[in-house]
Amino acid sequence: MGLLELRDIHTYYGHVHALKGISLTVEAGEIVTLIGANGAGKTTTLRTISGLERPRQGQVLFEEQETNRVPAHEIVYRGISQAPEGRKVFATLTVQENLNMGAYSLGNDKEAIEENRRRVFKLFPRLEERKRQIAGTLSGGEQQMLAIGRALMARPKLLMLDEPSLGLAPMLVKAIFQTIREINEQGVTILLVEQNARVALRLADKGYVLETGAIALAGTSQELLDDPRVKAAYLGG
Amino acid sequence: MGQFLQQLINGLTIGSFYALIALGYTMVYGVLKLINFAHGDLFMLGAYVGLVTLMGLVVNMGMSASLLVLLAIFLIVMVVIALVGIVLERVAYRPLYRAGRLPPVVSALGAAIFIQNAVMLLYGARYRTYPEEFKAIVPEVIWTVGGARISLMQVVMLAIAFVLMAGLYIFVQYTRVGTAMRAVSLDHDIARLMGIDVYRIIALVFIIGPALGAAGGVMVGLFYGRIYFTLGWGYGLKAFTAAILGGIGNIPGAMIGGLLLGVIEALATGFVSDAWKNAIAFVVLILILIWRPTGLLGERVVEKL
Repeated sequence: MGLLELRDIHTYYGHVHALKGISLTVEAGEIVTLIGANGAGKTTTLRTISGLERPRQGQVLFEEQETNRVPAHEIVYRGISQAPEGRKVFATLTVQENLNMGAYSLGNDKEAIEENRRRVFKLFPRLEERKRQIAGTLSGGEQQMLAIGRALMARPKLLMLDEPSLGLAPMLVKAIFQTIREINEQGVTILLVEQNARVALRLADKGYVLETGAIALAGTSQELLDDPRVKAAYLGG
Repeated sequence: MGQFLQQLINGLTIGSFYALIALGYTMVYGVLKLINFAHGDLFMLGAYVGLVTLMGLVVNMGMSASLLVLLAIFLIVMVVIALVGIVLERVAYRPLYRAGRLPPVVSALGAAIFIQNAVMLLYGARYRTYPEEFKAIVPEVIWTVGGARISLMQVVMLAIAFVLMAGLYIFVQYTRVGTAMRAVSLDHDIARLMGIDVYRIIALVFIIGPALGAAGGVMVGLFYGRIYFTLGWGYGLKAFTAAILGGIGNIPGAMIGGLLLGVIEALATGFVSDAWKNAIAFVVLILILIWRPTGLLGERVVEKL
């Protein structure tokens, strides 16, 4: 029994059958990656876990509790938070205010919020330098740091990251992935969605390959890196 | 100079009414991207509830008119109209959030017609005047400053409007829930991921907006002394304009837009003619929107990829 378990999840967008029976397990302490092409259902999987989409069939279990009927705004209280695709920082709010919103679920627990803030600033010193800046004026890399930092402010057990490498220069991608490893070493379980399969598999313990809404392959990262089909389709031969 | 000062003060007074109403439009637009066409009529309803409360407290219960009574009237009216606002949101808008952008707008128009006609049936289609007793609440004191005449009533109205707006600004800018309100107006889904109950924030907006509009209604009633059931259209249109002028969705923008529109109108009245005030006000509006299509404070910050 993992920290997070999806059992035969089917999610629809209107009439579009976006997820066709996804089953996966994330054990506590792991880094698990979902890789696959655009439109394979990676983001939909995360949206289903976070309650933004309701699966029509199947179960989402977090710490052995079924969460697929829990409203999206209550999921974070269970210990799941997310840095969404495209960062989606609150553009007109300051860095500090974005982080405060990340800690919204902690209520008025000032001490816990302050502690989390210190932790986030330690991971991303750049955010502390820019804490009074309007988030929309940050660079792409800084916005990604803010999106991850904001998600960490809730002190999640499971952190879901949707394409953190999107649109970033290779140097920055390296730095961000290094930080993700650090976050994991602090005891946060990570579910990482990536198109950049090579980088993701090098970081992760295990991976799932999504193709058109279903899991095509699963295995440890090493198995997937060595798999000829993965090599051909996602690692550029 | 005296004339200018006079019109400036008159304009700020009327502008503060516009600003209070404009806040309701802009806040609802912020969180729902919906133009709440019923908002002007909530303001009008506020003016009527104000009249009824005044009659009840001062005329029937014989309370001696005082500043305390005035504040009590404002408080009662704001609470009553806030309740109406909540009911309106639950009945007319919430069932339609998943239906797209237009159905709630149609529902808003329907609600506007409903409120207007309900008031007409209850209180009649003729003007209603605020009773003479109300004059005792704010005595007719007039000062002459630099050639301009300022009444105590104007000062009281401006003070109440200022306190309400400052309170709202502090709430939205510096509190956790106020920040959440701004977050919701940027992105519902992401706000949900933070643990913000978006429906509760929307409900809160439908408490604050109508309450402020209702305060504006009482002010218009006290200031002009008479009200009518179509009051909401004219003021609603002006306040909506003010919200766009300031940048719709932007709270300080609505305040500035309202005050500015009031001042432009007053100056046009004073230096050109009353008949031209709307034409001049709208020409200025159009020019400002050509210069800044998103309104004075409606700045778009682009998210970088």
